[in-house]
Amino acid sequence: MAANALPRSGTVHAGDLPDKPAPIATEGPIAWLRDNLFSSIGNTVLTLLGLALVLLVVPPVIGWSITSANWTGGAEACRANPTAACWPFITARWEQFVYGFYPSGQRWRANIVLWTLLAGIVLLAFERTPGRRWIAAFMLLVFPIASFVLLYGGFFGLRVVDTARWGGFMLTLVIALSGIVASLPLGIVLALGRRSEMPVVRLACTLFIEFWRGIPLVAVLFMASVMFPLFLPPDVSFDQLLRAVIGVALFASAYMAEVVRGGLQAIPKGQYEGAMALGLPYWRMMRLIVLPQALKIVIPGIVNTFIGLFKDTTLVLIIGLLDLLGIVQSSINDPNWSIQSVPYTGYAFVALVFWVCCYAMARYSRYIEAKLHTGHAR
Amino acid sequence: MNDHGTAVTPAAPVDLAVSDEVVIRIVDMDKWYGQFHVLKSIDLQVRRGERIVVCGPSGSGKSTLIRCINRLEEHQSGSINVDGIELTSDLKNIDAIRREVGMVFQHFNLFPHLTVLENCTLAPIWVKKMPKKEAEEVAMQYLERVRIPEQANKFPGQLSGGQQQRVAIARSLCMNPKIMLFDEPTSALDPEMIKEVLDVMIELAHEGMTMVCVTHEMGFAKTVANRVIFMDEGQIIEENAPEPFFNNPQSERTQLFLSQILAH
Repeated sequence: MAANALPRSGTVHAGDLPDKPAPIATEGPIAWLRDNLFSSIGNTVLTLLGLALVLLVVPPVIGWSITSANWTGGAEACRANPTAACWPFITARWEQFVYGFYPSGQRWRANIVLWTLLAGIVLLAFERTPGRRWIAAFMLLVFPIASFVLLYGGFFGLRVVDTARWGGFMLTLVIALSGIVASLPLGIVLALGRRSEMPVVRLACTLFIEFWRGIPLVAVLFMASVMFPLFLPPDVSFDQLLRAVIGVALFASAYMAEVVRGGLQAIPKGQYEGAMALGLPYWRMMRLIVLPQALKIVIPGIVNTFIGLFKDTTLVLIIGLLDLLGIVQSSINDPNWSIQSVPYTGYAFVALVFWVCCYAMARYSRYIEAKLHTGHAR
Repeated sequence: MNDHGTAVTPAAPVDLAVSDEVVIRIVDMDKWYGQFHVLKSIDLQVRRGERIVVCGPSGSGKSTLIRCINRLEEHQSGSINVDGIELTSDLKNIDAIRREVGMVFQHFNLFPHLTVLENCTLAPIWVKKMPKKEAEEVAMQYLERVRIPEQANKFPGQLSGGQQQRVAIARSLCMNPKIMLFDEPTSALDPEMIKEVLDVMIELAHEGMTMVCVTHEMGFAKTVANRVIFMDEGQIIEENAPEPFFNNPQSERTQLFLSQILAH
């Protein structure tokens, strides 16, 4: 029946059809609300429940931490108002939280390191910084060693500050950044090794990765701190912090290797063939063609590992190193500050510091991802 | 040469551009994938300036054959000699051959994280140690020859398939190769883009480039090739100049293949 209605000859549409405006009902805040929050009875119920939950939780949190919190005064003020946050505890212990037991006369050394680090990160975050490449090289190669030398001392008349006295946020950064800087290159090498065509290399890398992934970080730290010295001659001592850093770095590199391997597997065989056909030798092919693409794919995974590593540094507490969490934990027990709200305030502070650092890393990774996007890959 | 029962015909008439010098000499070459015998006693000689088209049904080993020439695939017996260099597992020889032999792939295999210009300058800079400036000049010359100099600063993902394939050809030419291998260069392209790629290839042929092309473009074979090689089940079944190959195929399998491919 429809066939009869069809025109007998072909039709031609001359000219372009004009663009029409979209129907009003699909735009504006009302439409948004209807589409996203009240599109069905079920969704309306969920929206109202969610709203109730927000009203239940958010005001008390704001009240406890900001509006009715103690901002000034000392322990006395907090004792008088124990049901809200006690921020003077943080200000009073601020220096210890940042530097640990680093001698107060020497803290300028830690300050130089921290400010250089901050400056480096800020400069690298902006694309138009002149000499960005050199700054990156400095931050990755020179800065870690120079920082250690400056913090440890023993050179140029600087007093030696034993690593046992390092602590607080400074120690957290030392462990986390050493772990981050060491684990990425090590992880890349392990990932390449695990995909190698040479059986011995492949086996060695696989064993390494599976060993470190198979044991908990707490066990790694215990081994580094307690078991490792048993294998050394009695007169050889090996810095406790260094052992912890190496343990954390090796542990993180095993995870990193698997993340990078995921990226390597996503690179089509054609990319290898294209590079090989042009005569690029193996390492150059990896460095110029394969790794830039593979690492770009796994930026979320890499940053995920970094964030995990950053938070895992708090575990060094159990081998007696006082990182930020450790030092806050021990300050809470100070009898002068034995107030109901102090532990909560301390932990809230630690959580806030970690959250700020981790969220900054997450945002930076999103920024890099967006910058490296070069259209659809074929 | 006839010991495996193929209908091999006399060599193609010598074209003026073709010299007597053999640049690719494959002698009694065999290859297996595990137990699967993909290439069987291949004998093939390519002279300088010659344009050879390899055709055959899919799975006949034609891609594998040309991929053996620059060692993207390893052969297990027999010998391959490219421009006087014997292809063994010696990495130095492999690198030397890859510098002489350009290759264009079905799926282009451009590097998506580099711009068109960077794709072209990469190998000259890192393999030939050419200064960046000079490499860019050379690259622009070749991009002009494939008629897309205005796309130099775009990324491959922003180009059409035909444009990408022309970039891939320019990228190979930047290494100034003596031999070009084409592995089904137009098979992944939309019909309206095939011509722009074939035009570039025809120009290249007129300039005297030694070319080995795996392709189903029989029109290209007729206009450009000195010799057409037909493969099936890992063997070279028939080889001949295009005119007798298409008009008077000797073997039954060739006749069947041609009737299928030229039917529409």
